[in-house]
Amino acid sequence: MYQLNWQWFHRLGSPRWFYEKTSRWSPWIGAIALLTIVIGVVWGLGFAPTDSKQGNSYRVIFIHVPAAFLALAGYYVMAIAGAVGLIWRMKLSFMVMKSAAPIGAVLTFVTLVTGAIWGKPTWGTWWVWDARITSMLILFFLYLGVIALQGAYQSRDLSNKSSAILSLVGMINIPIIYKSVDWWFTLHQPATLKLMGPSSIDPSMAYPLLIMIFGFYCLYAWLLMAWTRLEILNQEQKANWVKELLLEGRIKSDLKNA
Amino acid sequence: MQFQFENILDFIQMSGHGPYVWASYVLTFAVIGILIYIPYKLKRQIVAQLRRKQKLENSDY
Repeated sequence: MYQLNWQWFHRLGSPRWFYEKTSRWSPWIGAIALLTIVIGVVWGLGFAPTDSKQGNSYRVIFIHVPAAFLALAGYYVMAIAGAVGLIWRMKLSFMVMKSAAPIGAVLTFVTLVTGAIWGKPTWGTWWVWDARITSMLILFFLYLGVIALQGAYQSRDLSNKSSAILSLVGMINIPIIYKSVDWWFTLHQPATLKLMGPSSIDPSMAYPLLIMIFGFYCLYAWLLMAWTRLEILNQEQKANWVKELLLEGRIKSDLKNA
Repeated sequence: MQFQFENILDFIQMSGHGPYVWASYVLTFAVIGILIYIPYKLKRQIVAQLRRKQKLENSDY
């Protein structure tokens, strides 16, 4: 009577269950991501008004800010997945952690490069060693560190544990990134969108930005599913359900030929 | 809501900021394209590998 029903939790940890569920979800999430990003890009590039101070260069914001949002959110995903893997020894959780690293690294790279491209016409320089940009660069190295640790050991268990610990230790960087524009004098403009209080952006620019952020969240979810699904296939190659699933086409055609 | 540029050339040039803006967008979608392509390609490799293995197993006896 006092036993909690933990069945859902164990099912969640089953790679097969995850693979089958995401087979159904991921086309929808992918379609929503594509649709919202196309709308956001067209709106942001062509229809949002030109900024009175920055001119057209500000249109980089529709890429730069969503990528930065997901670079940070992706780090939470990676670190939490690592923690769940460490605590409950959940294999799937480590797979999610491993998959989050390259996606996060690419998004951080996009944030840094689009920031540099935006900086040139706006600040007159590609790069400054200020707090926001330097802490983002550290985030990039943390992602690269996790990718490197995944390949550093012969034992998968050891790779997973050390990656998870690095992700968790690196969490200290996240509040520093958020607060860096307030704590230190910097060229970087303060946050455009605020959860509390009025945003410093006009609605005509905020709508396409919010659409792009939503689109990037969906894109991130889709990418994380795709990479985790691949990791499942890779690690479970010997499992019967994987063989049946992947060789299904072949078995069917064999039957036809027979 | 209305299109902010006079014509397509104006849209491309964006009064001098065009190269910066377009470079950001092209680069972003290029690297995201790579992120989409890698799992697709690796999955095909795994399937091919499994098929080869199965062929060997079937021809064994």
